[in-house]
Amino acid sequence: MSDHDELRTPVSLQGLKADDPHLQPLAKNPDLVERVIAVTLFLGVVLVAAFGACYWVNAKPWTLGATMGGGLFFLGVGLIAWGKYLMPRGPFVEERHELATSEEDRNAMAAAIVERGGGMVQRRKLLGGLLGGGLGIFGIVAIFPLLRSLGPLPKGTLFSTDWKKGTYLVDITGRRISVGEMAVGSIVTVYPEGQQNTDRGQAVDQTVLIRVSNENFTTQKGRETWAPSGYVAYSKLCTHLGCPVGLYEQELQLLVCPCHQSMFNVTNGAIPQFGPAPRPLPQLPLYIDSAGYLRSQKGFDQPVGPGFWERS
Amino acid sequence: MSSDVINTKRSKKQAAGPYGRVGKAINELDERLGVAKGGRTFMDKIFPDHWSFMLGEIALYSFVILLATGIFLTLYYIPSTALVTYHGSYLPLDGQRVTQAFASTVNLSFAVRAGLLMRQMHHWACDIFVGSIVVHMARVFFTGAFRKPRELNWTIGTTLLILAIANGFLGYSLPDDLVSGTGIRIAYSIILSIPLVGSYLAFWVFGGNFPGTAVIPRFFILHVLIIPLIIIGLVGAHLFLLVRQKHTQFPGKGRTEKNVVGTPMFPVFMAKTTGFLFVVSGVTALLGAFAQINPIWQFGPYTASRISYAVQPDWYMGFLDGALRIWPSWSFHSFGYTIPFEVFIPAVVLPGLLFNIAYVWPALERKFTNDHALHNLLDRPSDRPKRTAAGVAVLTLLGMLFIASSTDVIANFFRLPLNEVLWAMRILCIVSPFIAYPVTYLICKEVQAVKGGGKRKTANIVTRTTEGEYVATPAPKYIDDEHQELDATPVPIYIVETPEETGTGGVRTAPR
Repeated sequence: MSDHDELRTPVSLQGLKADDPHLQPLAKNPDLVERVIAVTLFLGVVLVAAFGACYWVNAKPWTLGATMGGGLFFLGVGLIAWGKYLMPRGPFVEERHELATSEEDRNAMAAAIVERGGGMVQRRKLLGGLLGGGLGIFGIVAIFPLLRSLGPLPKGTLFSTDWKKGTYLVDITGRRISVGEMAVGSIVTVYPEGQQNTDRGQAVDQTVLIRVSNENFTTQKGRETWAPSGYVAYSKLCTHLGCPVGLYEQELQLLVCPCHQSMFNVTNGAIPQFGPAPRPLPQLPLYIDSAGYLRSQKGFDQPVGPGFWERS
Repeated sequence: MSSDVINTKRSKKQAAGPYGRVGKAINELDERLGVAKGGRTFMDKIFPDHWSFMLGEIALYSFVILLATGIFLTLYYIPSTALVTYHGSYLPLDGQRVTQAFASTVNLSFAVRAGLLMRQMHHWACDIFVGSIVVHMARVFFTGAFRKPRELNWTIGTTLLILAIANGFLGYSLPDDLVSGTGIRIAYSIILSIPLVGSYLAFWVFGGNFPGTAVIPRFFILHVLIIPLIIIGLVGAHLFLLVRQKHTQFPGKGRTEKNVVGTPMFPVFMAKTTGFLFVVSGVTALLGAFAQINPIWQFGPYTASRISYAVQPDWYMGFLDGALRIWPSWSFHSFGYTIPFEVFIPAVVLPGLLFNIAYVWPALERKFTNDHALHNLLDRPSDRPKRTAAGVAVLTLLGMLFIASSTDVIANFFRLPLNEVLWAMRILCIVSPFIAYPVTYLICKEVQAVKGGGKRKTANIVTRTTEGEYVATPAPKYIDDEHQELDATPVPIYIVETPEETGTGGVRTAPR
């Protein structure tokens, strides 16, 4: 067996002499390797210093990243090469010691728990019960912040919006929408007047107003008066996950949710035509008042947005 | 010039003992803490030399980068939804009403030195962190490293993956830009979908009906303090168990259940792993410098009634998004109540099921294989075809769900109708795991059937006789081929197998 093979047999690290071949560098030509590593580390040093300079003079962000990244990269490669080629070649072996202790030790521990516990704790049933009761009550009390301070209870808020009888439809700037101003095929996001800048108006009340024709339009039976002069209004909250139904496919008259591609047909009461949404978008019944402004006949007849347990 | 002999350098050195100041410091420490024996053992800890053991290191080091860059970001980020008018160096947003969270994120990107670099490094490091955890977990799974006695560490690791994903989502939400705000909206609706308690939970997390009042400050403290603390604690436990139970290793020359073969902690592994920390940091910095990520100033601030098109979440949320897209619109309404199955199943039940399978897998395998032995030698994946096939099937499902999160982009890019893409993904998600399982199983069986698979083959020597006839004769055997009792893995080339005189596969020590 050659000396070479002898080297590759794992030996224990402990007790090796300093001149043991296992402690020699792995590289055949350590001097050359050392020079290559030196060049790599030198590049790293230069780039890290350059990073400092770039930071000092507030150079462009990419120069900061390039110098810091390059510097760390070269320092790292140099250090890895140093460890791999110039440090003890090994391989070394370490014995594994059994983690499990003896059966006596286990029995002793179990005995300590059972006997001491039995003696000191189990006999004092009253004390144990009181302590347990106290901790149990404290555990229940610890849930109180959920009910009392983390947030209001939902109550009816998920069921209602700010659309009421006679509410004016306004756009994001608060301007009322009048009957003559929208061309057939156009779309605008509307809010109940006064809610166009509130969180609730933005998140809950948001509604799309689409003009689908010049005539009164019926989307479904029983909704004959809901879309005067072709103005149809639907909640803008997708019934899947509540994203705004922000895309209007004019040719197919589809409202599309960009999140998960649910599609709602504007002409038939926003029945979902495709995708994961389970329900039609609730429709807002409109009327045109004597001044020619669009207003809501009443609020939505069902909760808007995604489904939840209490929703019937 | 002093003639005092006692004060010469040499005499001082002699007085200090053979190890000088280091020796003195260790004496002082050991007298008080008794560290010398354990310290020596720790420095002698052997790390197996196999590239796959590096994956966990990537996770650890990207977490270090996350901590470092994250501390930098907290110095400039303001977790507040108070509205301000933006007047910063990014002119297209000038004069817009935005939240302080958004304004401070744009400001730290453009007005703070190295701010953009730190932010992009932070985001890249997060993507790398979760990615390396997943690959590391796959390595541990396919090689059976989770088996007894390491089930607890597998549990800790699975928990770390969940926490990493959760914290990634929380951090992604903090800039309060249009895209992340839509993500928060979706998260709210997912919580809302939980039967019975969903609306209460959603109100408690968000402090009210969407958008709530508290989400940014709460997400902030979860993201920068609470979850990182838990992660640090669990990483500590993960590493402690790793040292306590010692590394697993692939079978091979001189490697048994009762030893570990490789390189020692000090100095070899320490040099390599510190260098690797630098390399991971360097690559992350280069990505942060040259690969733009999450340019929130292009998306604009979040407004609940606005939305962007063709937006995908960070990659690790992709499988959930894909599941939400392809799950049918089955909603349950009855008795005056609604269960939004179209959300609850893909977004709550599916991930819950996947992670719970991961948690109980070691116990399941113990039960079904009736294998209660301690294992320190790793499996080759092909030697455990059923486990490997199951793992590949799950990964295939996850991969398909991930692809399904881009149905709109795929439809646009290939000019296909969206509903055909959707149906294709539905079918692929159901069918492909059932194809992946038997195919993987058969491949494993084939690999097993190849004699000496994973080893060097014995060559033939072809000679031409004087008559012109070609004769093939087996070449002299490599020394390796004699070694039979541990014929499992490819042997790293620096360990050349030699004939064992004892024939027990025990460790041979070099004669001295």
